[in-house]
Amino acid sequence: MSDLSAAEAATTAEPGAVAEGTTGSNRSLWGDVRYELVRSPVFWISSVLVLIALLMAFFPQLFASTSPNAAGACDLNDARVKPTWDKPFGYTAAGCDMWASLVWGTGKSVIVAILATAGTVILGVGLGTASGWFGGFTDSIIGRITDIFFGLPFILGALVFLAIFPTRNIWTISLVLVIFGWTSLTRVMRGSVIATKQRDFVDAARALGATDLFIIRKHILANSIAPVIVLATIGLGAYISVEATLTFLGVGYQRPTVSWGLLVNEGQNLALAGFWHLLIYPCAFIVVTVLAFILLGDVLRDALDPRSR
Amino acid sequence: MGRYVARRIIQFIPTILGTLFLLHLLSILTIQIVGDPVRALFGENAPPQEVILQLQAQYGLDDPCLEQTGNPCLGLFVDRIGQYAQGDFGVDFRQQPVWDQFVQRMPITARMAIIALVFEATVGIFLGMLAGLRKDKFIDNFVRVSTVLLIAFPVFVLGSLVLLIFGLKVGLYLRESSWAPEWLGQMFQIGYNPDYPWLSLTLPGLVLGAFSLAAIARLTRTSLIENLRSDYVRTARAKGLTTRRTIGIHTLRNSLIPVVTFIGVDIGFLLGGSIVTEGIFNVPGVGLLTFQAIERNDTPIIIGVVTILSIVFLVANLLVDILYAALDPRIRYE
Repeated sequence: MSDLSAAEAATTAEPGAVAEGTTGSNRSLWGDVRYELVRSPVFWISSVLVLIALLMAFFPQLFASTSPNAAGACDLNDARVKPTWDKPFGYTAAGCDMWASLVWGTGKSVIVAILATAGTVILGVGLGTASGWFGGFTDSIIGRITDIFFGLPFILGALVFLAIFPTRNIWTISLVLVIFGWTSLTRVMRGSVIATKQRDFVDAARALGATDLFIIRKHILANSIAPVIVLATIGLGAYISVEATLTFLGVGYQRPTVSWGLLVNEGQNLALAGFWHLLIYPCAFIVVTVLAFILLGDVLRDALDPRSR
Repeated sequence: MGRYVARRIIQFIPTILGTLFLLHLLSILTIQIVGDPVRALFGENAPPQEVILQLQAQYGLDDPCLEQTGNPCLGLFVDRIGQYAQGDFGVDFRQQPVWDQFVQRMPITARMAIIALVFEATVGIFLGMLAGLRKDKFIDNFVRVSTVLLIAFPVFVLGSLVLLIFGLKVGLYLRESSWAPEWLGQMFQIGYNPDYPWLSLTLPGLVLGAFSLAAIARLTRTSLIENLRSDYVRTARAKGLTTRRTIGIHTLRNSLIPVVTFIGVDIGFLLGGSIVTEGIFNVPGVGLLTFQAIERNDTPIIIGVVTILSIVFLVANLLVDILYAALDPRIRYE
C-alpha cells in the first residue's frame, strides 16, 4: 500500500515553490496550506472522523462504558444475537456487545498504526536526510540496504517474523511494521532532500558559514518534510489495514484481545450462515477509519503540491 | 540495450543474496531470542530430549550458533543457499518437501495472479485515461472517489464482502436459475472448481486486483495530466498531428512508464494478497498452503514459501525493469 503513495508522493515538487505563485500576498508555505485546508469540506469530514477514531482509541470508555474483556461483560446466551432497535449493533459470536467490542478494538489498531508511523518517520527522515545530503558512499550504502528490504514483499516478510514470534502484542506488531515500512519514506525523503539541497538559500547559508548540521536543521528539514507528512498520514491508514490483515491471517493479535481483524475473522464464516452483522460492522469500522486517514492525506497532498492546482 | 540488461543482471545478484540474507537473519534472530519452533510446537507437553534433538537435526535447527543471540550464522546461510540452489527448501512438519507442494499448487496461484494483473492493468489504465483526459469533469471525479474508496478496503475485507454478496447471494441464484448459462454461475463461484480452472478463479482474481486497480488508475491519471502539459505534446499538436496520435502514441507511451514500474512492485503485493484471497475463497494454491500453515504453526512451510515467493518477486521485478528499458530509451544511455 505504501508503495503507491511513495510513487505518487515522489512526483510532488518541492513545496517551497507554493508561496511564489500565489497572488501577491506574502503568505508562508504553511499559511498557504492552512488557507487551502479550511476551505476544503473533505478536510473537515476526514479530520472529524480521525478525531473520533483517536478518541475511541485512547478513551474508549467515553463511547462504551464496559470493556468486552471485563468480567461478566459477555454472556454466551447472547451469542450472535442479531441487531435490534435497542441494540443496533447486535452481539458478537462470543456474546459480547458488538458496539463495545468495536470501540475497544479501535485502540489496538490505531495505537499500532501510530507507533509504526512514528518509527518509520524517525527512521525514514533520518536515513533519507543522511542519504540525500551526504550523497556518495553514505547514499549508496543506504540505497543498497533499502533495495534489499524492498525485495521482501511487506506481508510476506511480516508473516515470517510474526509466525516465529510467540508473543504478538502492540510492540512486536509495530516493530515488524517499522522494519518493513521504513523504506518508502526513506526514498521519498531522500528525493525531497536532494531537490531542496539545490535551492539557492542552501548555498546562501553555506556561504554565510553555516555548518552542515545547522543547514539540515534549519533549512533542509523544514523545506523537504512536506511529502513525508502526506505519506505518513496515508501510512496511518495503511498500517491500520495491514495490522488488521495480519491479525486476520492469524499472526497478529490473538484472542482474547479484542481487535477488528479478529472480529472479521470470526464473522467471515458466520456471515455465510446468515449472521451478516458479524461481518458488516467490523468491516465498516476498518474501512471508515482507513478512508479517513487516506482522505486526510489526499487533501494534504493537494494543499502541499502546487502542481495539482 | 544489451549492456543495460547485463548491468541489471549483475546488480541483481547482490540484491537477491541480500534479500535472502535478510530473511535468514530475521528468522535466525527470532529463533535465537524466543527459542526454536520445534519446542514451540509441543508447548508444555514436551517429548523426551532425544526426540527434540532428532527433530532439530531434521529441520536444520541443531546448529550451535542458533543459541548465541546476535550471531548472524553465516555458515548456516551458506549451507542454505547451497540447498536453495538445488531446489531444496526443506520439509514441513509433516515430512512433505516444501518445494514439491509449491510446484504442485503454483499453477493455480499463477492463474489467479494473471487474472488480477490483466484486470487491474486494462481497467485501471482505461479508467485513469478517461479521468486524465477529462480532468475535473464528472468522470474524473467519479474515478477519483471510487478509487479512494477501493483503496480504503483491505483485501480481506473486500474478499469477505464479495464472497458474501457475489459468491453466495448472486452466485447461488445464477447457478440455480434456469436461464443463466453454466459459465456465468461458475464465474461467481464461492470456491475453486477444477472443472473450470479459469472461470472459477474470476472472483478471487478480481478481489486480488482491486486495490492495485485503484492505484494504477490514479497513477495513470496523474502522469497523463502531467504529460499533457509538457512541451513535446504542444509540439506534436502544433505540427498538426491528430489528437488520436498525440495522445495515443506520444502521451500515453510516456505516461505508462510509472505504471510499468508500479506493476513490477505490485507483483509482490499480489503474492502477499494471494494468501488472503486464497484463504477466503478456499482456492487450493500457494496462498492457501501458507494460510493453513499459519493455522498449524508449520514454520518450515512459511519460511520456505516466503523464500520462494521473494525469489519469484525479485525475478519478476528484473523482467519488468528490462521491459522498462524497452519503453524508455533514456534509461539505456546512463
